[in-house]
Amino acid sequence: MAVDYKALKATGMMRMKQKDCISMRLKSVGGHFTAAQLRAIEQVADKYGHGYVHLTSRQGIEIPYIHVQDIEAVKADLAKGGVENGVCGPRVRTITACQGAATCPSGLIDTVKLANEFDKRFGGRELPHKFKFGFTGCHNNCLKAEENDMGIKGGVKPSWQPDNCTYCGLCEAVCPEQAIKVDAAAQQVTLDEAKCVYCGKCIKSCPTDSWTGENGCVISFGGLYGNHIAIGRHTLPLIVNEEKVYDVAEATLQFFAANAKPSERFRACLERVGWDKLEKALEGVV
Amino acid sequence: MSEQQADAAIDITDVVCPITFVKVKVALEDLADGQTLSVHLNDGEPIQNVPRSLKDEGHKVTSVHKNDDGTYELVVVKGGLNA
Repeated sequence: MAVDYKALKATGMMRMKQKDCISMRLKSVGGHFTAAQLRAIEQVADKYGHGYVHLTSRQGIEIPYIHVQDIEAVKADLAKGGVENGVCGPRVRTITACQGAATCPSGLIDTVKLANEFDKRFGGRELPHKFKFGFTGCHNNCLKAEENDMGIKGGVKPSWQPDNCTYCGLCEAVCPEQAIKVDAAAQQVTLDEAKCVYCGKCIKSCPTDSWTGENGCVISFGGLYGNHIAIGRHTLPLIVNEEKVYDVAEATLQFFAANAKPSERFRACLERVGWDKLEKALEGVV
Repeated sequence: MSEQQADAAIDITDVVCPITFVKVKVALEDLADGQTLSVHLNDGEPIQNVPRSLKDEGHKVTSVHKNDDGTYELVVVKGGLNA
């Protein structure tokens, strides 16, 4: 019987050049694997593969050289170690994340928690084309949020109060967007909110803690990094309420499902139907 | 407070991160708490990082002046945030 490679691909079995071999993609969320999972993977790679794994560009693991006849046995062995198979094709793909606020001193949002919640709600959902979510904890952008169809970046919305301010001018100096103006003579500090990128440098550097802020998510849409390259665009203000982030994702996926042609990436869809249409669809959500 | 009135001065425009902050730390070691250090530093990474590191270690920046050549003059009080 001929092997149905298309059906296999949907469950993360990637056809190899070598006859009857697949590279088995394993499920990853935010690039976290437990030691127990790694032990199961190690055994499978030794027993059924060629004794090595490949780390994918999206924080996943693939085990190459699995024979198609061994797929079920390998899946059973992996399941014992708590390892699931990944996905490929036109659906929500592996969700990536940096380590985020749980461990990183720069982190502003709990990227790993968010990524797992996204996986629970949206992981593997069927769509006109692939759809990638990526989470990065802060403006340093280690996880490159804007290369994803929807990128989520930690940010902080700053606000200033005069009580302890010495008008030293440090916030104006450190602001990478020149959004802050300090007028020491007039004892005034102004923030141009349209220019603010929510990086929080003003808050971190302020000697008197006159700048404080609320952490939240900055969302980008329509990033691509394959055949065509495009940087995701920011069209929404920072979102503080976590539930709203899920609502935005749900509305975005529904918009993509309703508006994209088969095999059309989100960016191409947005360029064709107009960005304003997405903005309108999200208006009611945020 | 101007540069002339500070208790000591240091120029870190000739080094890059992380030596920038190392030089500032060494200069601060020669001072007593409450004394001031004037720091001459570049725009970009130094102005982004050095003041934040000073805050983390309890030193208080009291003035920031931007020079015409794009460099900065910063005055910091040793241990000023612990007072």
